[in-house]
Amino acid sequence: MRPLLALASVIAIIFAWAYGDSKVGGRVREFYDKREKWMFPVVFAAFFGVFALLTTFLDVAKLELGFLVGYNALLAMGLNVVVGYAGLLDLGYVAFFAVGAYTMAILSNAGPIQLPWDLGFWQILPLGIVIAMITGVILGGPTLRLRGDYLAIVTLGFGEIVRIVAQNLDGVTNGARGITGVENISMFGKSLGLDPKPYYLLTLFFIGVAAILIRSLNNSRVGRAWAAIREDEVAAEAMGVPTLKYKLWAFAIGAAVASVGGMVFAAKVTFIDPVSFHLIISIFILSAVVLGGLGSTAGVMVGAVLINVLPEMLRGLSKLGTIGDKLLDARFGIFGLVLVIMMIFRPEGIVPSRRRAAEMKGGAEETKGPTGGGLPAEPAPAGGDE
Amino acid sequence: MGIASECITSDLPLRMVGGLTTGSIYALIALGYTLVYGVLRLINFAHSEVFAAGTFGGLITLNLIAGDGGNAFHLIVAAIPAILASAAVAVALERGAYRPLRRHGASRLSFLISAIGASLFMQSIYLIWRGRSFEQFPETIPIRPLIEIGRVQISTVDIIVFIAMIVMVVGLDFLVQRTRIGKGIRAVAQDAETASMMGVNIDRVVTWTFIIGGALAGVAALLWGLRFPTRFDVGFLPGIKAFTAAVLGGIGNIRGALLGGLTLGLIENVGAGCFGDAWKDVIAFTVLVLVLLFRPTGILGEDVVEGKA
Repeated sequence: MRPLLALASVIAIIFAWAYGDSKVGGRVREFYDKREKWMFPVVFAAFFGVFALLTTFLDVAKLELGFLVGYNALLAMGLNVVVGYAGLLDLGYVAFFAVGAYTMAILSNAGPIQLPWDLGFWQILPLGIVIAMITGVILGGPTLRLRGDYLAIVTLGFGEIVRIVAQNLDGVTNGARGITGVENISMFGKSLGLDPKPYYLLTLFFIGVAAILIRSLNNSRVGRAWAAIREDEVAAEAMGVPTLKYKLWAFAIGAAVASVGGMVFAAKVTFIDPVSFHLIISIFILSAVVLGGLGSTAGVMVGAVLINVLPEMLRGLSKLGTIGDKLLDARFGIFGLVLVIMMIFRPEGIVPSRRRAAEMKGGAEETKGPTGGGLPAEPAPAGGDE
Repeated sequence: MGIASECITSDLPLRMVGGLTTGSIYALIALGYTLVYGVLRLINFAHSEVFAAGTFGGLITLNLIAGDGGNAFHLIVAAIPAILASAAVAVALERGAYRPLRRHGASRLSFLISAIGASLFMQSIYLIWRGRSFEQFPETIPIRPLIEIGRVQISTVDIIVFIAMIVMVVGLDFLVQRTRIGKGIRAVAQDAETASMMGVNIDRVVTWTFIIGGALAGVAALLWGLRFPTRFDVGFLPGIKAFTAAVLGGIGNIRGALLGGLTLGLIENVGAGCFGDAWKDVIAFTVLVLVLLFRPTGILGEDVVEGKA
């Protein structure tokens, strides 16, 4: 009964958000927006304070779930920069997560290659970020000239290539068997071991750092360029925005954030194999971003919590016997359904960013043709730069 | 050096035959992507589930009528439910995931996400229904070599797949060029707004486009079953490769889908001979990336109207 009640309450929350924000939520937002300068640190501190304090109440199993939510939230924030801010649909995002995880595993000498030096988590961290950013630029350089659907499918292809290469390069990645015995993180000369609590807090710390960095980037020249590219790339180009450069930035920053997630993941779980980097992870993270609200950091965190906690609650369904098991199989399908429903009724997400909401609704009025809208909006150039 | 010499072994012709056979199946699926793209300027990412539905339609019928060994007649009978299943799923997709978005002119990103969602949803329905294990189709056509020229063996299955593909493509050409609904499809592809002002019912044309694309995928699914097993996520790889084929030939272009499918099948199979079977999918994805980078409009260019079937 409990999982069902929990499910019902979560659905209630979703609907409360969906329909409440027109009036009450709107007023709260207005209040916040007017005092953004000093409200942000307050909200920020309160948010992280609450989540850090949670560790005193939660048992080990809950903390494991908390860690899962944490690194997923980190990934979602990174993907949000690419999809939400710059408007580039990346379906191969998991590749950067994989790059981070494999960098950690290989450079810490857990893989088949033995390096002559001995590096710990904190030394590998900056290296991994740089490697991921370079990978982002290498993948992005040629592909970011493409648009929309084509970019999505090319990134999907790259994501799969990275996974299959990891699976086939036996000498470097141990192939399908994966790499075991990745070293745990050491802090102040002490290994953190297997206890999930410090990893949870560490992930929370990385989320905080990423949130501040991404926020200041988004409020800078870079963020304005991203908005311009997202809203109308041709116009942005015409106004002198070096679009490729800023798109590469978005890709590189997204890659950096994902690689941090991957490195923490590898060091916590100590075992990685190609299956951990399947396409479904990319779609999972994308669901979190879309569900929460494209372009809204608070939104994607809500999304990350939802997509990880909901299936965990559904796990209780297995008590219901065969029907429960079937429902368990259905949980990805439920996400799928939620994605479709969100796109139909609320494409801007649960906690929308104002700007995105305006964009996604604004387009609707203009393209409603006399036939009731025959085609998707902006039947854009199908690919390639002109 | 080693690689080059391995490529040009006596295996090459054999691999080319295999390549044309899988290529024919890719081509049939690719036509579905191309038709929908031509009419809606939209990549139907959930088309792989349309294909999967066809495999299940065919599998269930064959299990019923040819449980322990069948013949070509059973195969033809099984084509009907395969086609119906695929077409039904295609129409359901259009109604459920795309039409509501078209109604309020959603952004392209919304269409894509909706398609991914619909795809996940369909897959989990297949999963609940059929479970996780691979299911082999009952044998209808024996995979026995029919023609042998030296070391090249061409089996009955290869020939049937190729002929079925040609028949379907010729049929599609007739449909698009000679029938009323085909005229509608061409009109909407050329200019949807003008077509609707001239009295073309766009929703009807779109529905028909999905039905035709679905039917082709259904045939492809049955042909797939001659060689390979099926399960809930069977659509993913052929789906994405068919998409690659469609882009390779020039998406929106019917001849392009045919050419792209066969070319991709050949490249993939011959390439696998050079680098090993484990790299087959990487070869296909690399082709996709390279085509999009250097010639995003594909070999034949992107045009439904001009590039006649």
